[in-house]
Amino acid sequence: MDRYSQAFTKFEQTRGVAQPPWLFPLRKAGLARFGELGFPTPKHEDWRFTNLAALAKLPFNPILTAPAEPPRSVLEQFPFSQLPGARLVFLDGHFSPALSTLPAQPDGVRVSSLSAALTEAPAWLEKQLGRTLRAEDNAFAALNNAFFLDGGVIHVPAGKTVPEPVQLLFISTSQEPGAVVHPRNLVVVEREARLTLLESYVSLATGATFTNAATEFALGDHAVVEHCKFQDESTEAYHLASLHSHLGRAVTFSSHSIVTGARLSRNHIRTTLDGEGIECVLNGVYLTDREQLADHYMLVDHAKPHCASHEYFNGILAGKSKGVFHGRILVRPGAQKTDAKQTNKNLLLSDDASADAKPQLEIYADDVKCTHGATIGQLNDESIYYMRTRGIDLETARRMLIHAFAGEIIDRVKYEPLREELDRLLWDRLEQIAEPALSR
Amino acid sequence: MNPTPLLAIQNLQAGVEEKKILKGINLVLRPGEVHAIMGPNGSGKSTLAALLAGREGYEVTAGEVIYQGQDLLAMAPEERARAGVFLAFQYPVEIPGVNSTYFLRAALNECRKHRGQPELDAMEFLTVVKEKMKLLELKDDLLKRAVNVGFSGGEKKRNEIFQMAVLEPKLAILDETDSGLDIDALRIVAGGVNKLKRPDNATLLITHYQRLLNYIVPDFVHVLWDGRIVKSGGKELALELEEKGYDWLVHHDKVTT
Repeated sequence: MDRYSQAFTKFEQTRGVAQPPWLFPLRKAGLARFGELGFPTPKHEDWRFTNLAALAKLPFNPILTAPAEPPRSVLEQFPFSQLPGARLVFLDGHFSPALSTLPAQPDGVRVSSLSAALTEAPAWLEKQLGRTLRAEDNAFAALNNAFFLDGGVIHVPAGKTVPEPVQLLFISTSQEPGAVVHPRNLVVVEREARLTLLESYVSLATGATFTNAATEFALGDHAVVEHCKFQDESTEAYHLASLHSHLGRAVTFSSHSIVTGARLSRNHIRTTLDGEGIECVLNGVYLTDREQLADHYMLVDHAKPHCASHEYFNGILAGKSKGVFHGRILVRPGAQKTDAKQTNKNLLLSDDASADAKPQLEIYADDVKCTHGATIGQLNDESIYYMRTRGIDLETARRMLIHAFAGEIIDRVKYEPLREELDRLLWDRLEQIAEPALSR
Repeated sequence: MNPTPLLAIQNLQAGVEEKKILKGINLVLRPGEVHAIMGPNGSGKSTLAALLAGREGYEVTAGEVIYQGQDLLAMAPEERARAGVFLAFQYPVEIPGVNSTYFLRAALNECRKHRGQPELDAMEFLTVVKEKMKLLELKDDLLKRAVNVGFSGGEKKRNEIFQMAVLEPKLAILDETDSGLDIDALRIVAGGVNKLKRPDNATLLITHYQRLLNYIVPDFVHVLWDGRIVKSGGKELALELEEKGYDWLVHHDKVTT
């Protein structure tokens, strides 16, 4: 634990950003909680399939100063650079005004960096920051509380609509093993307000860096929010993220997770349905190759009746890569008429790829509909044969089926320009990783 | 007149692993002809269809199949399809996530490439398809759906014939297309098949029941029993079978073709 305490002391001395007085206790508590929970090992039930030993061995060096700013043209190489709307760019966790685009927003809407919000709206932040993120049982959320420097803050007041999508782009530029960033995002969308948010994590360099992100969503009654997290960091990187959401009455929330990057990644998705009539879709696809591991850990907490939650996660696994899915649905007493559905499908493109799926239903109400299903397998031979009897060759048939498998997930993205770009992007990636499987 | 056969099956013997299913099939189809193969369950009807379409997993132990002068059994399923062989499946396969339009256009363009015709773009394809859909009384939204996903049994069978209408095969093999169809759907499917009949193509109907043959009238009827064609005749043979049952044939002395 010493190195985290030492890093924290150094962090407090050198981070150089003024912070309101309430923040230090939050950080301190985060560090203490991390110390109590400790670095997870495979003995921990929630970490059975994802071994962090290699990450634990790395140094722990939070990046305290912003790197040299690359030219703006560097952004063009990353996906979604042509989408309209605001874009906040962070280099190794530090907000870059020069690379960011901040068009005027409707009255009262805040789209800013966390560092700016800390100076401009500390009282509001004090009430909001850390309210939804649950760090008690999550070591990395606790660690984020201790070390976060910057990130995006989006506040959409009641009844407002942010007309264009908002993007948060986190670029890792370091190749130093053990270089750590802790992005922290806060999204507050009040009643009857609307937002589309895209959160991307990418790399400019290859190295065993560590991103430990946390994003919290507080959505008021009848809010409509579409969120997409795109993780495409270098295949040496470690990426852990907590995505915790609190949903009010009749909220429509869809959150997509697209994972193509990192050597090891885990999204800890915790969603609390705390009002009636919520429609919540958690949707994701992970596409991995070589030694990559992509883990989604999910807790959907049905606290109120008459809510629907659907989780769809598809994994396409090549090389020696591994997919992990842990889906827990909790239906609390009184959450009658809950409609919860969960599926996890894995397509193994090589003999060495593997997948672990662990669905878990905990139901304390008697009038509910809960289903789950998990499959792990190869491409369907019957489908391939059927396509071939229509004149489509083996390789094209396989390619169409793999594409379809990813397409099931991408089709649920409602914002069309994003859906189309994701479709093209995954198609290109599939072409790269699926090549050996296609020519087999 | 005795034109060159489109398909000539000679002494075809095949099976899976140790089990012999086809024990010497002889059959010749000429352009313009409609043949029906009838037989009870387990007689080898679907195996024959699968072998002609190119399904893997069967072992051919003797005989040959010549299609338009080529060794059909040496061709990959997609090569057969492009050369004009079409199998309407008994159980059409659902392919989630693969859009029907995309799938069928890819298939048609493969066949067109093979025939030396230019590929069709999305608009041209749609024109072709709209016309054929009317033939099978299919709703437009079928094209927007994934292949066979969420289709009723009748829709799946109609979709098979619709694909056949679009791909315009030389040799159409209909494997139990009548099974599971109500009378209206049967009429639509049969109407489609009849309208697609041309002097230069041939149809092989594989069926258990005579019912389909009221709507698609065959030129020849063959009875398959235990891996062999035990009797061949005109369309009246189907009626006779319907009346007397398959037992009538086997309790008779063995009849050869």
